[in-house]
Amino acid sequence: MDLPVFHLDFLNNRMLIAIIAVLHVVINHGMAVGGIPLIAYLERRGLRTGDGAWDKLAFQILSVFFIVTTTIGALTGVGIWLSASLVNPYAIGSLIRVFFWTWFVEWLVFVTEVALILAYTLTWKTWIGPRKQAHVKLGVVLAIASWATMALIVSILGFMMDPGSWHSDRTLFSGMLNPLYLPQLAFRTPLAMLMAGSFGLVIVPWVTERGSQLRTEAIRTIGRWMLAWTIPCVLGGLWYIRAVPDAMANNLAVALLTQALEGWANTAIRVLMGACLVITGIALWAARWPKSIRPPVLVTPAILAIVLLGTFERVREFVRKPYAIAGYLYSNGLRVDDYPLLQRDGILTHATYTTVRRVTPDNQIAAGREVFNLACTRCHTVDGVNGIRDVLARMYGDDSAWNSEAIVGYVGAMHEIRPFMPPFPGNEAEKRALAAFLVSLQFERDVIEGAQVTGVEAPPRPTSPDPAPIFVAI
Amino acid sequence: MIFTPVPRDIPLPLPASPELLHVLLVVAFIAHILFVNLMVGGSILVLGCELRGFGKPDYDRLARELAVTVTVNKSLAVVLGVAPLLLINVLYTIHFYTANALTGTAWILLIPAIATAFLLLYLHKYTWDRLADHKWIHVGILAIAVALFLAIPLVFLANVNLMMFPDRWTGIRGFVSALLLPNVFPRYFHFLCASLIVTSLFGVWYFGRATYPIESKFTSFTRPAIRRIFYSVAFMVSLVQFVVGPLVLFTLPARGLHPNMVFVILLGAIMALPAVWMMWKELSVREPHGERLRYIVAYLSMTVACMAIGRHMYRETALAEHREQMLVATQQWVLASEQAAHDRETGQALAATGVSPGQAHFQSTCGACHARDHRLVGPPLTEIATIYAGDPEGIVSWARAPGKKRADAPQMPAFASLGDEKLASIAAYMLEAGATP
Repeated sequence: MDLPVFHLDFLNNRMLIAIIAVLHVVINHGMAVGGIPLIAYLERRGLRTGDGAWDKLAFQILSVFFIVTTTIGALTGVGIWLSASLVNPYAIGSLIRVFFWTWFVEWLVFVTEVALILAYTLTWKTWIGPRKQAHVKLGVVLAIASWATMALIVSILGFMMDPGSWHSDRTLFSGMLNPLYLPQLAFRTPLAMLMAGSFGLVIVPWVTERGSQLRTEAIRTIGRWMLAWTIPCVLGGLWYIRAVPDAMANNLAVALLTQALEGWANTAIRVLMGACLVITGIALWAARWPKSIRPPVLVTPAILAIVLLGTFERVREFVRKPYAIAGYLYSNGLRVDDYPLLQRDGILTHATYTTVRRVTPDNQIAAGREVFNLACTRCHTVDGVNGIRDVLARMYGDDSAWNSEAIVGYVGAMHEIRPFMPPFPGNEAEKRALAAFLVSLQFERDVIEGAQVTGVEAPPRPTSPDPAPIFVAI
Repeated sequence: MIFTPVPRDIPLPLPASPELLHVLLVVAFIAHILFVNLMVGGSILVLGCELRGFGKPDYDRLARELAVTVTVNKSLAVVLGVAPLLLINVLYTIHFYTANALTGTAWILLIPAIATAFLLLYLHKYTWDRLADHKWIHVGILAIAVALFLAIPLVFLANVNLMMFPDRWTGIRGFVSALLLPNVFPRYFHFLCASLIVTSLFGVWYFGRATYPIESKFTSFTRPAIRRIFYSVAFMVSLVQFVVGPLVLFTLPARGLHPNMVFVILLGAIMALPAVWMMWKELSVREPHGERLRYIVAYLSMTVACMAIGRHMYRETALAEHREQMLVATQQWVLASEQAAHDRETGQALAATGVSPGQAHFQSTCGACHARDHRLVGPPLTEIATIYAGDPEGIVSWARAPGKKRADAPQMPAFASLGDEKLASIAAYMLEAGATP
């Protein structure tokens, strides 16, 4: 409404964030939050046993983690910021007003973390002999700093799902100490440790000789590491599931698999549980019979862990719908509080940027297109990923012409029929115009280019609201 | 006619006092841009040295040594960029996000571009020996990274420039049109010169330190020789900067100019004069001793501070009026929103308390334009009741498809979609309410 509408009509705006964010989480969980403790543990192993080979192994793992975290890791972190600002600026814009200090402190911890990882890596070969002890301690401090960055950001993620007492309190701490906070942290910490172990298993065969004692011992050690963190991960996960608000838990089936495959939800859950068991099984194998385990098997936990983490993040983001910030802001970027006004006067009336200011009999399709642009494109494309043409074809088939009245009725009630859909943020005339536009899509493929390509128009807003023909009650 | 959009702001309070946030922004930005200078300038100088190294091996060694600092500085440049990004998001939410959206393709491509540049820097650093016999490939890797570092600042500059000029927003069609706005390119060259100067002075210090093992790294280069190399670059680029700087000032759109701001900028420029003079003095002896470096840095720090403050003042001036307009629009919006919510609740409550449906519908639908006994937008009920006395059906017909009888009133929209039943109940109420004295 008040910002140009950035839109990717093929990839889908959510996918942009998803790709960047999942990549970031995989890296920061597996190579930083979990990675550093693992490396510090291995380094300490080398110090205690006096075996230089452990030290070298630890450094080699660190080198891989260092390169990836300081390039793709760091940039995808910034990328979450940039993409969220493009895809749902109202959500991120609101969150930074509430959580500014959280993010500011997080930044200070980030700077510390970067300085420490640079120091840790660059002094590995020079802080030797009597200074080794100090170097190990440096690793521990770095591990704490890494964990602290996660601890801070998770409070914000939890807030988006259940702001808890922030609805009435509106203070920073009431926002941070939301019901999801500790459960999510209790889940992610051991998860990060497990991921680090799975990445360690990938790197070990790469940097050790086949059949060597070191390889065997390293695999055994990492297997044990992973097993140690399995129970805490399960317990944390269960606590987290219990903390998810009921209404959101009901979205789980669609979250997991999309609407088309909703019926397969139970199967999907079983498959995912199976994947977890496979990871645990391989960790056990590594811990008990490290000599017999082959590289293809060693790579499996990492692949499964990435898939599982990606799935978890998708589910977490989806079950939150129809809200971006529960109870405050819908996924379409509009505030809950603004709905009476928008549903009375129409979104086209009040939008700063729009190509159509008012629906008339002559501009139905153009108006409907603009309504779609303003109200629906945060999640839908026209003909790309989660394309509305596919959605409509699934609902109404292709055998007969799509019925405008039926669509009007559906759009008015869709938030009741599909709980993850926000209510329609426009008036009756706009509903009809939107329906006209959607009907036109049955036989003609339209594509909506985002403002990053087309630019924007900003016709004057009316000073007095246009009296709406219908008074819509939710 | 160009209409400058006045969007509403996020209706949540700022997280701290604006003054504190502004100070944090200026300070955080200085820290960030200094390391960006070191990263970009460093990459360019490494490339230059490596190319010269084809003829003189010590230049190749110099390039290699400098490359080590670039990979460290790049990480600090990125992490120090988070704070100014956060602060600019908070202080200029709508303006910044608008610019981001309008240049969205280039903006999001920053991520793979910077990540690639960083990976190439590592590749370049760690294959120095392995590619010793394939120098052109090795140089090529760095050349790609440098090309990226030359393109990337343009995206940032296009954004921070566009955000300051709301009157230009509706004229933008993609990144290139934002790039071509004044005065992005002068600022870009100003930045590139600054990067080379900052990195050169850094080089004077880094290689001139007593603790730096110069003999073990180089065959013929001495500390003074390396100082000379870097001082030369710093000095020559500073001379260029004295042309580019005024060009930036001259091409700045008038919207943000203010005597105070110009004074601060000129003060910064004047502060640079003794610094450049001292560079010249350093170069005027055969073996530069670097003793003046701390003073050069001190003066140029003041220049940087003035420039950072000055550019902030410029932005504030450029946006002051627009932000006031936005504040008013935001307040009006929140009030209208609360009123609509209240009306909805009241409407629902009234319907429950026995107010006739006709009255409830009228109030929520028609009351914005038709008052009981005076003209709002359209005629008052008293007048309508006179025209349509005893003829509610006439009101319904009109409301379904209003004509245009009055030259001095706007066209009434059609309300056919309300349905005849609701329209009939409204008409009945209107006649009743308009008739009572």
